[in-house]
Amino acid sequence: MSRRDYPVVSVRDLSKHYPLRSWWGGKASVFRAVEGVSFDIRPGETLGLVGESGSGKSTIGRAVTMLNPPTSGTIAFEGTDLAKLSAGAMRKMRARIQIVFQDPYAALNPRMSAGDYVAEAFKLHRRDMGRSERREAVAALFQRVGLDPRFMGRYPHQFSGGQRQRICIARAIALKPSFIVADEPIAALDVSIQAQVVNLLQDLQDEMGLSYLFISHDLRMVRYLCHRVAVLWRGRIVELAEADALYEDPRHPYTRRLLAAVPVPHPAEERARLAARDLVGHNEPPDGPLTEVVPGHWVALPTGQHA
Amino acid sequence: MKKPLLDVRDLAVAFDTDGGAVHAVNGVSYTLHEGETLGIVGESGSGKSVHVLAMLGLIPRPPGRITGGQVLFEGRDLLALKERDLRKIRGGAIGFVFQDPMSSLNPGMTVAAQIVEPLRIHLGLDARAARARAKDLLDLVRIPNAGARLDQYPHEFSGGQRQRVMIAIGLSCRPKLLIADEATTALDVTVQAEIVALVQELKRELGMAIIWITHDLGVVAGISDTVQVMYAGRILERGPVDDIFSDPRNAYTLGLLRSLPDLSGGRAGRRRLHQIEGAPPDMRHPPPGDPFAPRNAFATPRCRAEMPPLVQAPGAAPGHLVAAWYDLPKLLAAEAAR
Amino acid sequence: MSTGTPIAEPAGLAAPAGTPALIQEPGTLAAFWRRLRARKSAVAGLVIVGLLILMAVSAPWIAPYDPTATDWANVRGHPSLAHPFGGDEVGRDVLSRIIFGARASLGAGLVSVALAVSLGLPLGLLAGYAGGWIDGVISRLTDALLAIPFLILAIALAAFLGPSLVNAMIAIGLSATSTFIRLTRAQVRAVAAEEFVEAARAMGNPPWRIARVHILPNIVPAILVQATLTIAAAIIAEASLSFLGLGQQPPEPSWGAMLNTAKNFMDQAPWMAIWPGLSIFLAVLAFNLFGDGLRDALDPRQRT
Repeated sequence: MSRRDYPVVSVRDLSKHYPLRSWWGGKASVFRAVEGVSFDIRPGETLGLVGESGSGKSTIGRAVTMLNPPTSGTIAFEGTDLAKLSAGAMRKMRARIQIVFQDPYAALNPRMSAGDYVAEAFKLHRRDMGRSERREAVAALFQRVGLDPRFMGRYPHQFSGGQRQRICIARAIALKPSFIVADEPIAALDVSIQAQVVNLLQDLQDEMGLSYLFISHDLRMVRYLCHRVAVLWRGRIVELAEADALYEDPRHPYTRRLLAAVPVPHPAEERARLAARDLVGHNEPPDGPLTEVVPGHWVALPTGQHA
Repeated sequence: MKKPLLDVRDLAVAFDTDGGAVHAVNGVSYTLHEGETLGIVGESGSGKSVHVLAMLGLIPRPPGRITGGQVLFEGRDLLALKERDLRKIRGGAIGFVFQDPMSSLNPGMTVAAQIVEPLRIHLGLDARAARARAKDLLDLVRIPNAGARLDQYPHEFSGGQRQRVMIAIGLSCRPKLLIADEATTALDVTVQAEIVALVQELKRELGMAIIWITHDLGVVAGISDTVQVMYAGRILERGPVDDIFSDPRNAYTLGLLRSLPDLSGGRAGRRRLHQIEGAPPDMRHPPPGDPFAPRNAFATPRCRAEMPPLVQAPGAAPGHLVAAWYDLPKLLAAEAAR
Repeated sequence: MSTGTPIAEPAGLAAPAGTPALIQEPGTLAAFWRRLRARKSAVAGLVIVGLLILMAVSAPWIAPYDPTATDWANVRGHPSLAHPFGGDEVGRDVLSRIIFGARASLGAGLVSVALAVSLGLPLGLLAGYAGGWIDGVISRLTDALLAIPFLILAIALAAFLGPSLVNAMIAIGLSATSTFIRLTRAQVRAVAAEEFVEAARAMGNPPWRIARVHILPNIVPAILVQATLTIAAAIIAEASLSFLGLGQQPPEPSWGAMLNTAKNFMDQAPWMAIWPGLSIFLAVLAFNLFGDGLRDALDPRQRT
């Protein structure tokens, strides 16, 4: 295995359980938000995580960044087991692992200027930097993400949604991390702004060799942006493959149902699709161990059904 | 085409804020015919939702103000009606479904009570008849075991089922017009597909006109007869659905269509996403001419100075209207030739 | 630069189109002033508060007489040109006592609330942010204190500490503390659940820095509003304590103490009661108006 193929992030058997308490406060049962999820992300790779609400995709994003640590399983980041780090060591590690949130209206501190918000990265992790050096670095970051550095003194409410997401991205890349979790980064943005942000994320990946975990419910954008895609259903991965393979040759019934539901922005095709599709039922998709059916294409099906 | 049902003329709406008036809707005019499905596409601040809320008398006043126009529904001006008369039309001849099914339903009332309410107000049914009709409505929106579920509370329904209940309420008085405002935006994609299919079927059964407001071009493509693109409180383009997608005449429509990810071919050969530069205008200080001009590479000096009227696009299908001073097909041909 | 987006001026329409009522910008001082100025009652409150404070500060220069000097010719004297507000039971000038009394009343309001905030804010911050057993202890104590009516608690504490203006301030301050603990705790918990606090953790902020830099500035407005409204309550409390003889001690004037003596002369010299009563009313009204306006200006959603 070449060094290039060595994964940046290696997740094994990740589970997140929440105890459900009964009315007298005792432990009644356990809600398994995420169960036995494993994946690797290679340098410069984007892994897409798709699934519907309640599938556990955001929980995985929070777990991988240790913002909401997993109940069990390991997360190895560049060879370090994150669960074994002390609180202080984990805070240092955050310079290398970043996250971009869904809602750029909620993710910015309303009482902190955009410049200060980005500069916080340096204040926390680059104590050696002086004030003017920090200012210059922040100005360069503003420039890099397509914001006018003259806006550094402005407050979040003075920016549009797309600009706010650029501020969040500037902060995330400030310390040159190797891995960024992008949790629905375009879902809250206007259609005309989404492409701007996706292009920015892609350019930054090319330039900095970033790896992304791209969590999204926008199946078209996921296919466009991601190298590989994992499909989640109720906290489990039911299919994991190269993006084109997954979209062109979905093997799991749930993946098929999900892809069939995506509207096509082409009137004749979309009308035909609507007319053709019979109302999908809610029957439980089959489940089983995740097995490699074609090299690089993993499907969770009961043994004997991997046709 | 059939008889006109809704005739919006020069509707204008503003909101007073401490920072000045926000001109949310700036002279919107269109006609909706009986049984027609109109898809309205736009982003936040385009006025697509506000203009509909305004014509139903649902914007808070103040700070909202209707600054001009007429909205004729079956010949009566909704804007001139008393609140009491408007209430009879709202939920009666005009049904509506909003984005968030959770906050639109009262969590403390059973589903039956909420469906029955409009039936008794608008149709004057007695309790028994209304309840029987409520059950029929839940059957209509394909909620299994409708009779037993009538007495459940909203939290006992899934998100998709709650939206079905909202549709049932919207349809309860056999409306001539159903308005759906981002009705599937908060739903999962498989649930969205079910709701869209359901609305299609109901339309075939009941024959009402629909205004479907969304930012999703995919949904619009499948269900609309007519598509209307709104931006900065104005209609920039409007026409038959196939024409709008195959022969867009406004640069904003073109930009929206081009910015969709191109999924043909392998990953390696894919082009960068086409992006519309800049951001939507601040509607307290709308740009003087065409509101999209500052973001439009094709804009002419006239675009920046003067708002173009919405007129028949030359050489396009009849009824395909566009507001543009430039001739997009000509410019695109020139672009391709270069 | 490949993503060289021309930089558009920030769009003003931050709220989605569906929620036009919330088109608002929080934040900057200028915007805040604009919103506050738009509320006439708040401006009136602020002006009156300002004038009262000015009066208290400049009392020695503007009061026509020494507030404690007795004048036998002016015992229960009717209002006149020489004594526009009349004289009290030992002939002191009521106007001068009102002017000097503002020092005790406003001072008690400001000092006691300052005390309540300086105790309540850190405790509330600790309870709200640390959680666990610390929160449990602080919250139960707060609940217990809140179960006792504010004024009763203040009277009991003042009686325990002994009658003096300073003790009255301490008693009122301690009585008001639980309100601020509870408010701060609730605010901290609300803000701590916001995504930007998670974003702050994701950047590697240590807990104390999150509390100081990311949470505290966002709860200040709510505390400020509560403080203004509590000043009004504290002015009434001081008047009540003084009325009961537990506050300002004679012969020093305070509006409450003046009312206390005036009650025995209601028939003969009603002006002895009217002027301090009106002063208390005006001061309390002004702080309440200003506080309400402040709340509206700081939190646009409260607007009706």
